[in-house]
Amino acid sequence: MSENAAAQPTKKSWPEIDFKTLGPAIALLILCIIGYSLNSAFLSEGNVTNLLTRSAFIGIIAIGATFVITAGGIDLSVGSMAAVIAGLMIIIMNNAVDTFGSGVATVLIGCGCSIILGIGAGWINGVLTTKGKIEAFIVTLGTMGIYRSLVTYFADGGTLSLDFAIRGTYRPVYYESFFGLPIPVWVFIAVSIVGWVLLNRTAFGRFCTAIGSSEAVAKYSAINVDRIKTYTYIIQGLCVALATIIYVPRLGSASGSTGVLWELEAIAAVIIGGTVLKGGYGRIGGTILGALILTTIGNILNFTDLISNYLNGTMQGLIIIIAVWLQRGSWGKNKKTKT
Amino acid sequence: MPSHENSDITPLLCADRVSMSFGEVPVLFSVSFDVKAGEVHALIGENGAGKSTLMKILGGFHQPTSGRILFEGEPTALPPFGQSEALGIVLIHQELNLAEQMTVEENIFLGREHSRSIFLDRKSMTELTRKYLADMGVDISPSTRISDLSIAEKQMVEIVKAMSRDAKVLIMDEPTAVLTEAETELFFRQVEKLKAKGVAIVFVSHKLPEVKKIADRVTILRDGQWIATKSTSDLTMDAMAQMMVGRELSNLYPPKNETDVDAEIVLAVRNMRTSEINDVSFDLRKGEILGFSGLVGSGRTALFEAICGIEPFESGEIFVDGVSTHFKSVAEARDAGITYLTKDRKGKGLLLQQTMRPNLSLFALPKFVKNFMMDTDAEEAALKRGIRRFDIRARDPKVLVGDMSGGNQQKLLLAKTMECEPRILIIDEPTRGIDVGTKQQIYHFIAALAADGMSVIVISSEMPEIIGVCHRVAVMREGRITGFVSGSEINETEIVRYAAGLKEAPAHV
Repeated sequence: MSENAAAQPTKKSWPEIDFKTLGPAIALLILCIIGYSLNSAFLSEGNVTNLLTRSAFIGIIAIGATFVITAGGIDLSVGSMAAVIAGLMIIIMNNAVDTFGSGVATVLIGCGCSIILGIGAGWINGVLTTKGKIEAFIVTLGTMGIYRSLVTYFADGGTLSLDFAIRGTYRPVYYESFFGLPIPVWVFIAVSIVGWVLLNRTAFGRFCTAIGSSEAVAKYSAINVDRIKTYTYIIQGLCVALATIIYVPRLGSASGSTGVLWELEAIAAVIIGGTVLKGGYGRIGGTILGALILTTIGNILNFTDLISNYLNGTMQGLIIIIAVWLQRGSWGKNKKTKT
Repeated sequence: MPSHENSDITPLLCADRVSMSFGEVPVLFSVSFDVKAGEVHALIGENGAGKSTLMKILGGFHQPTSGRILFEGEPTALPPFGQSEALGIVLIHQELNLAEQMTVEENIFLGREHSRSIFLDRKSMTELTRKYLADMGVDISPSTRISDLSIAEKQMVEIVKAMSRDAKVLIMDEPTAVLTEAETELFFRQVEKLKAKGVAIVFVSHKLPEVKKIADRVTILRDGQWIATKSTSDLTMDAMAQMMVGRELSNLYPPKNETDVDAEIVLAVRNMRTSEINDVSFDLRKGEILGFSGLVGSGRTALFEAICGIEPFESGEIFVDGVSTHFKSVAEARDAGITYLTKDRKGKGLLLQQTMRPNLSLFALPKFVKNFMMDTDAEEAALKRGIRRFDIRARDPKVLVGDMSGGNQQKLLLAKTMECEPRILIIDEPTRGIDVGTKQQIYHFIAALAADGMSVIVISSEMPEIIGVCHRVAVMREGRITGFVSGSEINETEIVRYAAGLKEAPAHV
């Protein structure tokens, strides 16, 4: 569903590099064929729904990461950020129960706080990289450590659990369906559409691409480089917040091990999708496919005993390397000489 | 001329009727070219004439579609990717190929470091580097980082690096494009030394006086065709220019129409100070072309970057149409109708990895937004308009800007800046590294803009261009304006006297 919706318009604007555009889609198709041939239950409604729901977390975060990477930045802190936001959300909601009861109001307070925290955390990353003139890698490596230790500290080394009464109210956000699709998938679709429009059809998207291509050119072309870069980190923070909102009701808890390595999965999804790691070229459609590919690999390994499930990371790693290698090849072909 | 003495010698490197096409597009048609030991052979032609392609074939970076390459008289297939360096054929690209963060010594020995057992033999490398540098008469320490050198010095290091690899043939792509006159002099002295050593030199340049001065023979290409190979002494510069463009170039500069001395003052700058600028004041009138001359580093670029909000300034006042203004960002200056066109079109002007459309609309992007969305139809229309108005000749609109020729890039940059519909246009080095035909076009664009009532500031290090185009010239030296010349006073001697500090007008506007 969502991959078609997002991939088609991208094709229109880059018709000359079909292979690059279609590569991730072909890869996903091949994975699905493999999955189906190994076990026909792979394409059952239950499994497809499960797969899409699982993809939603990484997918939403990766859409934010597409903006950051397109504008020439990187955000390593997203996994830890998700964990600390989840932790704080749980603390806030547990404390709000006394005043607001265990109804929708408390959940909305939790969600509101999550969004404010996400935007705030993104803003910190953005300001430190732009105004502080510290490399994004260093800044987000730092905040990654800070957020990770904060959640461990809040949980006192253990697990923060959501009040049982709120769990009942909040649960449907992850488990309920709406028009046949689970709510997380709807959120994923909504974020995808907004992200795609923002990157491909607005001046902001153009600014991101320009900054990622060359900050100097952007500066001389009347673009407020610092502001736009900060916005990309805020968008990333907002995406993390949204992902956290749909993640918390799944387990109803947060701990020091929540969201571990999400940053790598998000970045991997972006890169598999064809966005250039050093910036200047971003593809939301590709990112969505990238997230689906990563989840599908795990899912296939779960389904069959052909390869041990413990080798999930190996398969994902191989896919990332092969994807980038294929892209490298088609970049080379684009080289022409002067007119 | 030495070329006569050499005429019997077998050419060291020779391209025999080579043709080249990229896909369907032919770019070279049966071109022959040769270079002998101890000779400088210049290759000239307009942008897109096929010079770069021929050079890359000679350097082994491209394999010709047909034709032969003879090296030392033997037909040879040159190895790809610059491996022909091992044969003694070195191509020095226009964008220098040095590791910026490494030292001179490390760069010179890059890839063939001396070592004793497993450790680097730094001592022998330093000594050899010192010797190479001294041989070439270059005063640089082997332990200097490349990033700390001037462009001219980097060029010298490239040459020393080539020589240390026993280059027999040295192919140089516009080596003087970014050099000042003094640096060019120094560079030519190195070239003479190399010639004396028997190195064969292929020299590409757009600067005909330099070709005349340094080259023994010259080959002219036009539209991928071989036009002529002649001894430089048999050709006048006018003849070269004519063969390059294939038409008369009598009017390189447009006729100057007198400006109205009573025209309103659109821009007034008073007592401008920054870290590089010291108390600069000037006025600019409507319809005027005001030149800014001076040596490189005299603060011309810094002055206008401060005025346009790119860099901050310490004190001073800017009046636009008599109203005091202080632009805090490039966007504010743009909205007030003042745009600055950078001299660094590859680094600061254009997105080389993108096509023309996003480049053209980037500066004036808010204009292309409709209901919060990019109006791509308006962008396409603007691109068509820009291509027509500025005569941008790209193979197809989908070509990456980085693959376009310098002249077309410059025209695109001009078109991009004009999308902002400025009233005051500041052009920094309008014709750097572009051919004479495109230069002529750009001068005529500038004159036409001024005739339409736009005010233009031309910053240039090329004296003929300042003299040929401007109504009035401000000369800068060490961050100050040392004088203004106008009318018949605009001549080389007068400007040089101000620029060199031999003459200084009392502070006036």
